Amino acid sequence: MSDAPILSGLVPGVATTATGPAERAPTDWRTQSMQRRIRKRYAAERRFRWLGLGAVVLSAGFLAVLLVTMVYNGASGFLQTQIALPVDFAHSGLLLTPADLRGPGADLALSTANIEGLTDSSAKAAFGTDGDRWVSDGGWLRVRQALKRDPALLGARATIWVPAADAIDVAAKRQGDPASEAIVAKLKARQAISTGFNLPFLTASDSNDPTRAGIWGAFKGSLFTMLVTLLIAFPVGVLSALYLEEYAPRNRWTDLIEVSINNLAAVPSIIFGLLGLAVFLGTFGLPRSASIVGGLTLALMTMPVIVISGRNAIKGVPPSIRDAALGVGASPIQVVFHHVLPLALPGILTGTIIGMARALGETAPLLMIGMRAFIASPPARLTDPATVLPVQIFLWSDQIDRGFVEKTSAAIIVLLVFLLAMNGFAIYLRNKFETRW
Amino acid sequence: MSIPNQHKISAQHVNVWYGAKKAIDDVSLDFGSDHVTSLIGPSGCGKSTFLRTLNRMNDTIPAAKVEGDITLDGEDIYAPEMDVVQLRARVGMVFQKPNPFPKSIFENVAYGPRIHGLAGNKTQLGEIVERSLRRAGLWDEVKDRLTDSGTALSGGQQQRLCIARAIAVDPEVILMDEPCSALDPIATAKIEELIHELKGRYAIVIVTHNMQQAARVSQRTAFFHLGTLIEYGATSDIFTNPRQERTKDYITGRYG
Repeated sequence: MSDAPILSGLVPGVATTATGPAERAPTDWRTQSMQRRIRKRYAAERRFRWLGLGAVVLSAGFLAVLLVTMVYNGASGFLQTQIALPVDFAHSGLLLTPADLRGPGADLALSTANIEGLTDSSAKAAFGTDGDRWVSDGGWLRVRQALKRDPALLGARATIWVPAADAIDVAAKRQGDPASEAIVAKLKARQAISTGFNLPFLTASDSNDPTRAGIWGAFKGSLFTMLVTLLIAFPVGVLSALYLEEYAPRNRWTDLIEVSINNLAAVPSIIFGLLGLAVFLGTFGLPRSASIVGGLTLALMTMPVIVISGRNAIKGVPPSIRDAALGVGASPIQVVFHHVLPLALPGILTGTIIGMARALGETAPLLMIGMRAFIASPPARLTDPATVLPVQIFLWSDQIDRGFVEKTSAAIIVLLVFLLAMNGFAIYLRNKFETRW
Repeated sequence: MSIPNQHKISAQHVNVWYGAKKAIDDVSLDFGSDHVTSLIGPSGCGKSTFLRTLNRMNDTIPAAKVEGDITLDGEDIYAPEMDVVQLRARVGMVFQKPNPFPKSIFENVAYGPRIHGLAGNKTQLGEIVERSLRRAGLWDEVKDRLTDSGTALSGGQQQRLCIARAIAVDPEVILMDEPCSALDPIATAKIEELIHELKGRYAIVIVTHNMQQAARVSQRTAFFHLGTLIEYGATSDIFTNPRQERTKDYITGRYG
C-alpha cells in the first residue's frame, strides 16, 4: 500500500484524492492491546513514583548520616573534664595580701604573682611528681579567677576545679591512651574528676591547647564577614537585577552583561580569592585577614547568584500588574518599588539565602586573603584580623593533638547551627512577604 | 470621517509599527467627551493597539513605534513636553483581564489618589475610595470588607474594582480593552449598566468583540479591519445601515 492516500492534502505536492481517506471503524477500547497499554501506563506511573521516593529517601539518608556522625563526634567537644585541685594558699608563698586584690590594682598584682607556679606545685603535691601534667596548661587561669572573686581564699586551703590536660580529657570522655586511662581511673576513685558543659568553648578563641580552644572568635569573624557580604551583595545585586529587567534596553551590550553575570556565577571561588587579594589587599591596601576584606570578596562571589535569582523573580511578576499600575499613572520607579519589588521579594530572598549559605561555608577564597592565620582573640572591628568558622574547621582538622578531633566536629555543629539559624530567618522573612493571590 | 462635535481626543493619520510590521494604517478618529465609542472588528485588526496609543501604553513595548497626531483637548500627547504619567492619570484604562493589585480593596482604589496626591488627609482619601466604589457599583458589596484582598473578589467584582481604581484618579477619558471578555453574562450586564451610568461624566472608549455589546452601550462605533478604519459613525447607523460592504459582512457574521 502506498502512503499517498493518507498524506494527501496534508503534504504539499501529494495529490488529493477525490474521495479522501476511508471512514475509520469505531475504536474498541476493550481489546487486549488496549488493556496492555493501560497496564503499561500504570506500571510507568508506579515506577516513577518509587524512583522519586527513592531519591528523596537517599538524600534524607545522607543528611541523617552526616548529622548523626557530626553529633556523635562533636557532642563531646562541648563537654570539658575538670579535676578538683586542692590549693593551699596559706602556705603558697604568694606575695599577695587580700587588700592587694580589692583595689583597682588587682589585675596588676595578680599578674606579678606566680600563680602558674603555685598551680603546678599544688598539682604535684596532690597527684604526684607528674601531677602538673594532668592539669591543662590553662588551669592556672581558673586559680587566678577564683582568687580574684574571693580574696579571702589567700589565707586558706581550697579545692578549685581546673580543666584537665588534653590527654586526660580525651580519656575521660572516650577511648584514650592506657596511661591516661589509668590516671582517669585513679582520679575517679578520689572523686576528683567530673565532666561538665564546656562554656569556654563558646566564649574563647583559637588556641594551641585544645582544652582552651574556643569557637567564639571564628563565630564573630563569620558574623562580621557575612554582615559585610550581605550589606554589599544584597543591595547591589537587587539593584542590578531591577535595572537589567526593568530599565535596560535589550541590545548587544545587555546580552553581553547577562552572559558575563551567568559566567561569573560559575567561576571557582578560589579565583575570587585571588581577585580579592589583588584588588582589596593589593590595590586598596586594606588590612590582611580582616573580615571586611573577606566580606567584600565573598560579596563578589554572592552577587551574581542574587542578580540571577532576582531577575528570575522579577520576570515572574505578572505583566498585568505593571499595566495596572502604569494605567493609573504610576511612574516607572513607582511601578518597581510599589508593585514589582514587593512581589519579587520572596524569590529574591530565596536566591539570597542560597548565595549567603554558600558564602558562609566558603573557605578557599578566604585562605587567599590571609584569613588562615592563627587568631587568638575575637575581632572587635571589621578591620581586625579574624578567621571564620569553615577556616577554623580547616585549621583544627589539620592539628595533630587528639583533642582537636572533637573540637573540629563541634565547630562543624556550630557552623551548621549558624547556617540553620540564617536559613530559618530568611524563610521567616520570605513567608512574611509572600503575597497571597 | 470625523464627526462634528467637541472632540475630547482627536487622532489624525495614526500609524503604528511593531518592528517591521504595520499594525495600524492611517487611522483618523475623533472621540467626543459625552458619549461612549466602541471599537469593533475581528481579532488582530488593531483595535486594541489603537486604544493603547490613546494613553501611550504602547510606550512599554520597545518595538512599537507610533506616528501621527493624537491630541487630548488640543494638546499633542506625543509631544516631548507631555508628561506620560499625568496623561495616564487623565486617560484611565481598564484591561481585558481583571488585574487588581494583590492588596486590600481599599488600597487598590486608594493607590492612584495616593501617588498623585489627590487627597489631603485620610478622611478625604476614604471619601474618594467610597465615592469611586459607589460609582463602580461595588460599594454595597464590599463596604464591610475593605481590608480583604482585592484578588479574593469574583471576576466581575474584580473588574468593577479595576473600574473604581481608574475612576479614583478622576480621569477625563476611560479606555476599556474588552472589559467583559473574561466575565460571565451577569457580570457583563453589570459592567454594561455601569458604562451607561458613567457616560457623560467621562469620555469612554471601549474595545469589544461582542457586537450586541457595542450596540447596547455605545453611541458611536468604529469598525476596524486589518489595521485600517473601515467605517465610523453613529452606532445605530453602523448596525442598521452600514455604508461599507465589509462592515455589513462583519456585523452579519459573515466573518470575524
